Amino acid sequence: MELLGIWIAALLTLCIYSFLYKDNPFYRFAEYLFVGMSVGYGIVLSYHQGFIPFAWKPFVAVFTEQSFIGLIKLIPIGVGLLFFSGLSARHTWLIRFPSAILIGVGCGLAIPNVLRANIFEQTRGTVEPFSVIHKNIAGLVEPIPTLEFYGLVFGAVLMVIGVICTLTYFFFSVEHRGPVKWVSKVGIAFLMIGFGSAFGNTVMGRVALLIQRVDFLFNDWIGRIF
Amino acid sequence: MLTKVVNMDRRIVFILVALAVIIPMLFPISLPVSISKPTQDLYNFIDELEPGSAIMLVFDYGPSSLAELNPMAKAILKQCFEKDVKVVGLTLYAVGTTMGSDLMKEVAEEKGATYGEDYVFLGFRPGYELVILGMGDEIASIYEDDYYETPIAELPMMQNIKNYDQIELVVDLASGNLTEYWITFANVQFNQKIAAGVTGVIISQMYPYLQTGQLIGLISGIAGAAEYEDLIKAPAKGVLWINIESFVHLLIVLLVIIGNIAFFVQRMQEE
Repeated sequence: MELLGIWIAALLTLCIYSFLYKDNPFYRFAEYLFVGMSVGYGIVLSYHQGFIPFAWKPFVAVFTEQSFIGLIKLIPIGVGLLFFSGLSARHTWLIRFPSAILIGVGCGLAIPNVLRANIFEQTRGTVEPFSVIHKNIAGLVEPIPTLEFYGLVFGAVLMVIGVICTLTYFFFSVEHRGPVKWVSKVGIAFLMIGFGSAFGNTVMGRVALLIQRVDFLFNDWIGRIF
Repeated sequence: MLTKVVNMDRRIVFILVALAVIIPMLFPISLPVSISKPTQDLYNFIDELEPGSAIMLVFDYGPSSLAELNPMAKAILKQCFEKDVKVVGLTLYAVGTTMGSDLMKEVAEEKGATYGEDYVFLGFRPGYELVILGMGDEIASIYEDDYYETPIAELPMMQNIKNYDQIELVVDLASGNLTEYWITFANVQFNQKIAAGVTGVIISQMYPYLQTGQLIGLISGIAGAAEYEDLIKAPAKGVLWINIESFVHLLIVLLVIIGNIAFFVQRMQEE
């Protein structure tokens, strides 16, 4: 059975890579199979690991275990079922209730946490190195070696310049002319460095995928034949 | 000549890349691996944990990212089982379920770890932030049963693990933005320590969190996996693949330089 799985995986891998020559029916077959199986697998898993423990079991428990306090769980189940009202044109307005609850809960949970994680903490991270520099100059902490200290100062200043210039690039309430134009141009340079880094890392990731597949073809598939 | 280079059939590039992968795979060369600070920090954190303490290993990735993330997961599991650190495995990403389960079993068999005592796999639950927040109050409120449908109250290891208070570290292995969910909800709300192992595509997004200490460590792509394997002194696929990757990178850099020279020279000639 394992051998059959390896053969299927190897042949499907070759089908996908055949696209590098040109589009063809083998590639299309493997692509559609992949999409179909991913969706099917996701649905089955969501049913067993989501619907059964969170909806079905509490629902059944209300009747089998006479746990009437469990009746309260029928409320979210009922609200969730309203999503299916979209299937009927006459009752489609009912979908607003679960949507509103979902968006409301999502925003309520996310906004304070996202603000703290992505705004306050990042602002702290941007200015905190200056606190370390100040403490070092004032002799409040054990002195950092000279070279490391200058590196810290350079990094801290560069980061503040980068943040201000990049934010200026996205600040559209003022026309980008004169000094603002030059500051935003420096911001573009920082953005490009960021994109370049992301692109380089993406190449590394994509090549790793290729290497893993070639390793599979050579060692797990051909390696077993010979 | 220059026109030929600029208009080169892309399939020639594919063949060159294929050769750059196949040749070093058939004739492996060992290149030195230098350890980055974020990887070292994660290794040190787990290494300094007391035997019997627990970490959470989250498999937030699917088969399309296993090349980069499976070697990391294996290396972390090996380190934990050797140090007698308990591992609670789970996923917020449906397609990561079977992979996580199989991988934990595979490493546990290799290291002689016992299910229920040294590690458990809770499986998947939908609703990212709700799962993360729910486990902060009580893991059993989200995972009444484990992936194999055993009530977690019956698992010896889970007797002492109720919520994040008993979890020293969450290591999120992610191919998307789920690490940000762990930072936003588990770190901010419960002060839970978080580390991540991520694919190359999202490494750049993670560095701001490292700088602020919201991530205590980071394994970056296949290079990070190779570093971790080197740290636990068990070189495996990560080290092998990063050596091959170095040749491909060299080829890509050469092609970029040749392409740019040809493009600019041709443009100058046209002007």
